[in-house]
Amino acid sequence: MNEFEPLVLAFCCNWCTYVSADVIGTSRIQYPHNVRIVRVMCSGMVDPIYILRAFEAGIDGVLVCGCHYVDCHYINGPLKCDAMFNRLKGLVNILGLEDERLRRKMVAASEGLGFVAIVEETVDQLKKLGPSPFKKARKEAIA
Amino acid sequence: MTLEDIIKESKTFYCLECGKCSSICPVSRYDPAYSPRVMVENALLGLEDELVHNKELFSCLTCYACQLKCPSDVDYPLFIQKMRAVASSSGETGQCAHSGVLHSLIRLMANPAVKQSRLEWLSDGYRTSDQSDVLFFVGCAPYFDQLFDFEAKTLDIAKDSLRILNHLGIEPRLLPNEKCCGHDMLWTGDIETFKRLAEHNAALIREAGVKKIIFSCPECYRTFKEDYPKYVTMDCELQHISESLAAAIEKDGLSFNPVKMKVTYHDSCRLGRHLGIYEPPRQVLRAIPGVEFVEMKQVREESLCCGTSAFTNCDLYSKQIRVERLLEAKGSGAEVLITSCPKCRIHFRCAMVSKGEEKGPDVEIEVSDIVNLVAKALEGKPNE
Repeated sequence: MNEFEPLVLAFCCNWCTYVSADVIGTSRIQYPHNVRIVRVMCSGMVDPIYILRAFEAGIDGVLVCGCHYVDCHYINGPLKCDAMFNRLKGLVNILGLEDERLRRKMVAASEGLGFVAIVEETVDQLKKLGPSPFKKARKEAIA
Repeated sequence: MTLEDIIKESKTFYCLECGKCSSICPVSRYDPAYSPRVMVENALLGLEDELVHNKELFSCLTCYACQLKCPSDVDYPLFIQKMRAVASSSGETGQCAHSGVLHSLIRLMANPAVKQSRLEWLSDGYRTSDQSDVLFFVGCAPYFDQLFDFEAKTLDIAKDSLRILNHLGIEPRLLPNEKCCGHDMLWTGDIETFKRLAEHNAALIREAGVKKIIFSCPECYRTFKEDYPKYVTMDCELQHISESLAAAIEKDGLSFNPVKMKVTYHDSCRLGRHLGIYEPPRQVLRAIPGVEFVEMKQVREESLCCGTSAFTNCDLYSKQIRVERLLEAKGSGAEVLITSCPKCRIHFRCAMVSKGEEKGPDVEIEVSDIVNLVAKALEGKPNE
């Protein structure tokens, strides 16, 4: 009970990562329950504001998962995602957010176990880091 | 705050309905649906709901053009500021530009637990001192530089400002955990976040025992000068870097290397109409040998705004205002448009790159901050 349970938001591309997460579910493979999956049509459509709003709301970590470069359903989505992600990463680094809280991974539809590994790793790291700095003050503000 | 209090504070009840505000307003010029006069009239009729739920409430550029023309001295920008606070507390927001990333960043930054690493850009080439009683307020430059991919180069403004201050023999202090001055929060109605930021900055500055603050951003300057005293106490001399330069030219005979360039100067709303600083930047431009300085058609009090303030309601009309200003700059025959506000430069650069499908008029002109030009003219000169 006392152990900190981080909350992770994962943006998963409809064509790859979401399928792999689905396969994991139907195969009854266990993975941490800390992750909340948001299905998006492409990792290239994830806007920086989705991620910033998540942090504002008190999420501890965000994962952006999509297809490998060659698999994209929309030709160049992962490249768009890269551009967005790198810019946002720079911004949150200035804000002093740890690297582990915002990660971008590529998971193909067939790599279900890879997705499990990523989630486990992220949750492990976040448990060590503790709650997000934005969350602490939010709690104070509510109290 | 009730509508009645706002009307009293901004002296709106003095309105004569002469409509001078609507005729000078740069937004009304392009957006027929927006009229400051109608806004004021609605307030006087007590139509609070109509005002609060009107998206146009967030279209005002708070450029102060109307306030200077008003024969009854109605403080329309203050009226807008207070009305937005009311609107914001009932859940209304403007259409935030860049999907609201900037506002979200500022709200995250306002969090007391945040420890920024905002001085990563600082290299050994600059002399700063932790004992100095002169503070250089960097502002949001590191964030803008990271966010905008169209050569906004806001970090160059911070770097060149430091170079200039070092040249003037000032080793300023920089605060590693200073936060946004809160300008955008105040003008979008998020007073709570603004207060938090103001208290944080004021406490840091009081702790540091700073006597003088130098700004390169007129928005920070205005906020510190006009708005902070209403919320926090802070006893410091405030100065824009162009004022420091003008003083150095006048008193110490600061001289420059020649730079061959034909330039024109854009008065930003905050530095110009808000604070009344028109002459110092011009004095600096005239002092650089080789620089040919020409004026645009609308200058000083009449200067046209760059089209967006506080990153809200940036729309087609904002773009048209920007294009008008850029065409005016080109029409003056200048090669370089000099600005004194990092945000003006961002907005102008944005208008140039985001042309989209429709081919508008050619508005391509080099936009440079005044500190960039001065730093160039001081390169290789021995320090004062």
